[in-house]
Amino acid sequence: MALTGLQIYKLLPKTNCKECGFPTCLAFAMKLAQKGTELDKCPYVDDEAKTALDAASAPPIKLVAIGAGERAFEIGNEIVLFRHEKTFYHQPGLVVRVKSDDPQLAEVAARVASYEVERVGMKLRLDGLAVEHAGGDAAAYAAAVAATRAAAPGLPLVLMSGDAAALDAALSGGAAADRPLVHAAAAANWQAMADVAKKHGCPLAIRAEAGDLAGLVDLSENVRGAGIEDLVLDPGTAGLAGDLVAFTQLRRLALKKGARALGFPLFADAGAPTWQAELARATQAIAKYAGVIIIDHLEPAAVYALLTLRQNVYTDPQKPIQVEPKLYEVGSAGPDSPVLITTNFSLTYFSVSGEVEGAGVPAWLLVADSDGQSVLTAWAAGKFDAEKIAKTVKDSGIESRIDHKKLVLPGHVAGLSGEVEEELPGWQIMVGPRDAVDIPNYLKNVWGA
Amino acid sequence: MTAVEIPVEKWSGAVREVTLGSSYGGGTRTSTVTVGGETSLPFLGFEGALPHRPALAVEVVDMKPADWSPELVATWGDDLSDPANWAARAVEEGADLIALKLRSCHPDFGDRSATEARATVDRVLAAVGVPLIVYGPGTADKDNEVLVAVAEATKGEQLALGLCEEKNYRTIVAAALGNGHLVIAQTPIDVNLAKQLNILISDMRLPLERVLMDPNTGALGYGLEYTYSVMERLRLAALMGDAMTQQPMICTIGEESWRQKEGRAATDVPEAWGELAERGVAWEVTTAMTLLESGADILVLRHPGSVGVLREALDDLTKGA
Ligand code: B12
Ligand code: SF4
Repeated sequence: MALTGLQIYKLLPKTNCKECGFPTCLAFAMKLAQKGTELDKCPYVDDEAKTALDAASAPPIKLVAIGAGERAFEIGNEIVLFRHEKTFYHQPGLVVRVKSDDPQLAEVAARVASYEVERVGMKLRLDGLAVEHAGGDAAAYAAAVAATRAAAPGLPLVLMSGDAAALDAALSGGAAADRPLVHAAAAANWQAMADVAKKHGCPLAIRAEAGDLAGLVDLSENVRGAGIEDLVLDPGTAGLAGDLVAFTQLRRLALKKGARALGFPLFADAGAPTWQAELARATQAIAKYAGVIIIDHLEPAAVYALLTLRQNVYTDPQKPIQVEPKLYEVGSAGPDSPVLITTNFSLTYFSVSGEVEGAGVPAWLLVADSDGQSVLTAWAAGKFDAEKIAKTVKDSGIESRIDHKKLVLPGHVAGLSGEVEEELPGWQIMVGPRDAVDIPNYLKNVWGA
Repeated sequence: MTAVEIPVEKWSGAVREVTLGSSYGGGTRTSTVTVGGETSLPFLGFEGALPHRPALAVEVVDMKPADWSPELVATWGDDLSDPANWAARAVEEGADLIALKLRSCHPDFGDRSATEARATVDRVLAAVGVPLIVYGPGTADKDNEVLVAVAEATKGEQLALGLCEEKNYRTIVAAALGNGHLVIAQTPIDVNLAKQLNILISDMRLPLERVLMDPNTGALGYGLEYTYSVMERLRLAALMGDAMTQQPMICTIGEESWRQKEGRAATDVPEAWGELAERGVAWEVTTAMTLLESGADILVLRHPGSVGVLREALDDLTKGA
């Protein structure tokens, strides 16, 4: 929790010696509270005050990295309860769980590693694999982890076992280099688990019985006392309502009460018998505060939906994702290729360019500057009107690159065609379909490709 | 053991209770649906009351939809050609209420008359006992004509009439006022516009216990985050005591999510998208769950599979509340 100026003042020498460059200790304290200066400007603060101030300036939810290398991901460091208050910063890792005795383990691992889907120009991927210790001794578990690593090199891992010896075997066998998340230290085994995590330099998940937040605090204090700094909290699973309550309380305790012991990212086990029930659980976890989400089903449709939701919820509400407004060439467009106009909201641009590309008809795609708004939103806000469209056409230099004067408008703004015709004398204004999906048909029929 | 002091928000406001359907005063419904009444954020039973669970409506159209996803067409089969059968089947599939869309009255899709619309509404009312939401065809003039006629012919049924927007609210509110119905007030994803419309409606003396608010749904991948945030802001305002934001919220999940490419395209899509049957339901369920978490009280859905998944999720979410 950030300290107020007065709270900081109490920790200063109060001699007003001015060496910090401020007239009084109080003035210095006030500036410090606004993060306008640094503590080391005062040569006289004692260690006790330093520790207190450092602790107070630490983020309320610690940033924790899982994995190593290119696919490592970071979670935590969130500062708000609701996205509209600022934004959510670190999207949760979506991790698929496999059992260590699953004969298809390597195959599943490879599929998880290679799953990729593109949305609004971004490649969305799964973040890791959780290898759950199911039957077998320490050596068998270590072998399963090694097989997973071989099948999915570099993919972050969560090692799930209550057996510290099995974890030690897996980590000693090379997995430590990947900096996996170790799951989980519970009341009965925390000492051994903390030792293993410490020995191998891995982040550690702590797990209490559902509903036992006090147990989580005790565990947190114990393992931090044992020297573990990177924690993830697993409050157990108690159905959708119970989980929502636990996750909300934990987020509030960290942000509003400054509960240091609980200031860590959260672990959600969304696993369920069917992919549909699991999808509902994972959706809640994305919408409400999870840092790591475990799923059991590699159903592509559900994974695609979850990755899309995560992208949506973690978009900064102040900045819609946009593309540069300019003339784009789709395929190798020539003087007789069609000219289509749209707005610079990324979602709009990629929906349209994807379809034009899929149609196999080379085309010019003119993107107007609509401040990152969709066609109808921009139209309603006066940012995609006849004047703007005409200006975009004129400024783009398209006229010198084509030998016709036909412009295709989005079907949703069909009503603008008359006005655009007036603004662009000599041009023929055509109305395209409303939905981008229908663009290929339209281009083929109207432009006879 | 360490004691953990759980932070509990003390909210001063409550969402209004709104009841759809009636069995007296002209009403013939065998069940009714009451939503709202929350005095906490969604499903946080430890700090407030959640007297009614969110309700699931299924969308029924009065003519076989020409542009619906092949997955929906395959699932509903012949029922799509008859709104009464379709509604009855929807109730079997678990719908708490029916959202009937009078699309065939649209000038571009058949231009059926208000009289014909009334007959359709009568048939659906006769086929099911659950409450009804009735949507006009979606063009200002025809909406007014059709919805007024339907409202008069169904006096006392306590239907919810939609859409009631800034441009037509006078007519729709008057029709509801005189015949014991409710209205669905829709505004485009904006807290102030939603408040403004509620004020205009209450200025006409329609009790706010007869107003549902539709903050406008963006589907998953198509604006969902805007709806999610605006609904959270509306619900927070309601709980903080802002009287003009205290209406239960209704979201047209099915229409939005099945309209998108993900809900429609069976072929020529990346393999990573999965099969259409699963993808369409996944899109609808994910959109719905996200908006339940941000305060939705009524979800209007299209696929029976989604109804089942969400019913189970709601059982779980409202357990012990
Ligand atoms: C999300 C959203 C917003 C977001 C903005 C999102 C953004 N970055 O643009 C927010 C919340 C900020 C917003 C604000 C407003 N919105 Co708004 N919003 C929506 C919503 C829900 C989705 C829009 C969207 O993202 N669509 C997805 C994109 C991809 O669609 P698209 O750009 O149209 O592109 C598709 C097609 O047009 C086509 N296409 C695109 N380009 C081209 C080109 C060619 C040649 C062709 C053939 C096809 C084609 O392909 C795409 C895929 O099919 C819609 C309602 C809805 N459910 O659709 C309302 C909607 C667009 N908003 C509306 C309004 C009125 C507003 C406001 C004016 C409200 C207000 N008074 O404050 C403001 C305006 C903004 C401002 N004041 O600055 C209205 C527009 C009314 C109308 N039809 O006239 C809508 C339709 C809601 C409604 N039913 O009332 N909105
Ligand atoms: S240098 Fe330190 S002691 Fe001196 S005035 Fe500044 S804050 Fe006070």
